[in-house]
Amino acid sequence: MQRVRTAVQVLFTIFTNGYVYGFLQGKVYRGALKYACVPGLNCYSCPGAVFSCPLGALQALLNRRGFQVPFAALGVLFVFGSLLGRAVCGWLCPFGLVQDLLHRLPFFKKERRLPLHRVLKYGKYAVLLLLVGAGSSLLLGTLVKVPAFCKYLCPSGTLFGAIPLLSANGQLRGQAGGLFLWKLGLLLAILLLSVKVFRPFCQYLCPLGAVYGLFNRFSLVQIHWERERCTSCGSCERACPMSLRVDEISRSPECIRCGRCADACPRKCLHFSPRSGTPKAAPEDT
Amino acid sequence: MDFWSRCKRRLWLLGLGAGVALLCAGAARGEFTVIWQKAVMVCLECVGIG
Repeated sequence: MQRVRTAVQVLFTIFTNGYVYGFLQGKVYRGALKYACVPGLNCYSCPGAVFSCPLGALQALLNRRGFQVPFAALGVLFVFGSLLGRAVCGWLCPFGLVQDLLHRLPFFKKERRLPLHRVLKYGKYAVLLLLVGAGSSLLLGTLVKVPAFCKYLCPSGTLFGAIPLLSANGQLRGQAGGLFLWKLGLLLAILLLSVKVFRPFCQYLCPLGAVYGLFNRFSLVQIHWERERCTSCGSCERACPMSLRVDEISRSPECIRCGRCADACPRKCLHFSPRSGTPKAAPEDT
Repeated sequence: MDFWSRCKRRLWLLGLGAGVALLCAGAARGEFTVIWQKAVMVCLECVGIG
């Protein structure tokens, strides 16, 4: 299943960033498809991006004068969250793909989590509330509101937006300064950390993962656990890159539905199933 | 399966319905135009310039 997942990640990244002319000219796509948002963290300033980023859209709506509930962006998050939960992170997010690929590099002893994980995992909720929410709705010492998450933190914007754009567009390159260096440093730190730790940005900082995690418990796509057939061998828990217990898999806000638990289970007690359907029983081992 | 278990299993439908309603409300208020206008310009904040 992991090969299928990687193929889906790669194809979806190519599909949503397929505007090749933009990469060549250092310009962004300006067509009607940008009215729609992709489910994952995909900067709309990537020269290849043909859709909008849901977090960028949320912040653009929060940046309006006064305060208005950003209905459209919340609608996008509700639709994708209710259908897929954090399967978006595991299967459709381009920055998740980058971290997955880096973690496969044969350098450093691999770790699943950072020390102080129990505290640090709440970082993504802090980023959601402080940078995406308050940071984008309030005037922070300036006359205009800013998309604070995009401006100060988003590594996807630096990797998929800034680097290709600045490489191809000399005019923009001339304007890059301290803020760009800050974001570049942050990106490099996250990418380097990804080689050692599994998806550090997703686990500790991504506000989109925080939102989709809230939908994990009741989203349509679930990993169903057949408790009565389980022998508690622990294979799934050892395979889970998020270090979840078998009863937490799928329900926990941390589960990205990567499916490694399902691959690892020798009795096939774990499998993807739609929430409302009856799980198909696998034949008993003899 | 009792009534409440069945309801819980279909909570995603409620979320999906709420999402579609929010999308319609956003469309009625012209929010997609705001998103499009932001997305078709180079976002200087995103690329670390603005």
